[in-house]
Amino acid sequence: MINLIKKWLISLGSPPLFFKWASKILPWFFPISILILLTGLIWGIGFAPTDYKQGDVYRIIFIHVPSAILGQSIYLMMAIFGFICLIWRAKLAGMFLRSAAPIGASFTLIALVSGAVWGKPTWGTWWVWDARLTSTLILFFLYAGIISLYSSIDNKQKGDRAASLISVVGVIIIPIIKKSVDWWQTLHQPSTFTITSAPSMTPDMYLPLLICVIGFYSILFSILLNTLRAEILIRERNTSWVRQFLNNQIKE
Amino acid sequence: MHPIRKQRLYVVLSILLGTAVAAFLVFKGLSENINLFYSPSDLKKEKISVDNQIRVGGMVKKDSINKENNSLRTSFVITDFEEDLLITYEGILPDLFSEEAGIVAKGKINEEGTFIANEVLAKHDENYMPPEVAKTLKDKK
Repeated sequence: MINLIKKWLISLGSPPLFFKWASKILPWFFPISILILLTGLIWGIGFAPTDYKQGDVYRIIFIHVPSAILGQSIYLMMAIFGFICLIWRAKLAGMFLRSAAPIGASFTLIALVSGAVWGKPTWGTWWVWDARLTSTLILFFLYAGIISLYSSIDNKQKGDRAASLISVVGVIIIPIIKKSVDWWQTLHQPSTFTITSAPSMTPDMYLPLLICVIGFYSILFSILLNTLRAEILIRERNTSWVRQFLNNQIKE
Repeated sequence: MHPIRKQRLYVVLSILLGTAVAAFLVFKGLSENINLFYSPSDLKKEKISVDNQIRVGGMVKKDSINKENNSLRTSFVITDFEEDLLITYEGILPDLFSEEAGIVAKGKINEEGTFIANEVLAKHDENYMPPEVAKTLKDKK
């Protein structure tokens, strides 16, 4: 059984097999992820009750929280694949870093901007240099650093290794962002959702939020599969299987 | 595991460990500077001089808000449940500013120990609920 899983994982690590697998999944998974996301957003923004204190402004939570979660989990994934890339030199791990970095940067930026828009009417300011906001900005700069590293290094393998090293070392920022609201005094409020206690939110608010988070994750998965497919085609363009694939595409 | 991979593994792990230790030491050293604001009891301990621009934070005490007629001048008392601090502020307060709500104010402390704020920000908590639920909770109290 374990051998079978191992075999399957190794086969996923091979670019042509992964390409085929991703192409099979995407056509049905992408519409489903759009559906989940729309359900969550429409429920949250249109039908969830207003908040007793913040009124309707709190509805930014349905965009802010999922994108902040994604910004951090993409970095975590990049650190894991960076680790694999550094030690096993797996091709696909490097391609993952290359295609995930811009997506992670985008979600982090969405979290920062939506947070600023939320902060103005509630806190009274767009931005403060408190620990949570500053550490999230650093995360965005880490993404920007990885992206610019890739565009400044022509050799793909070297670029992969440099980016992997930043991802692995920079992963320190993730627990700091997560715990910043508990370790230091910040303007940002502590987490509504913790593992140890019930959410400090009523179910008619956290259920749509949960669906939004699942929707954001599935959209991320779809985007990742698609950008990875493109990256595989670009990097393997001189191999016979890509030529054959492209020839077949032209014939169709 | 292949010896070269094993070696790479050790190198990467030691780099990661080194960074973690360095980050820990930096943040330990800086921890007081990373805090966004002083609480009223911190302020008592630290003895901040009169001309320093600082931020203080705490909960607005019940029945302490005093609004002057025909001006934007407001005074109120914040507390961290150990020490209190009187704050005066001239300007528009954020919507979420109210009794028993958290705030962060920026400004200077004067000789009498009153805090003259030039910016007041509202802090909100992590609790969200519909108005009806909030009302039931309040009635129960």
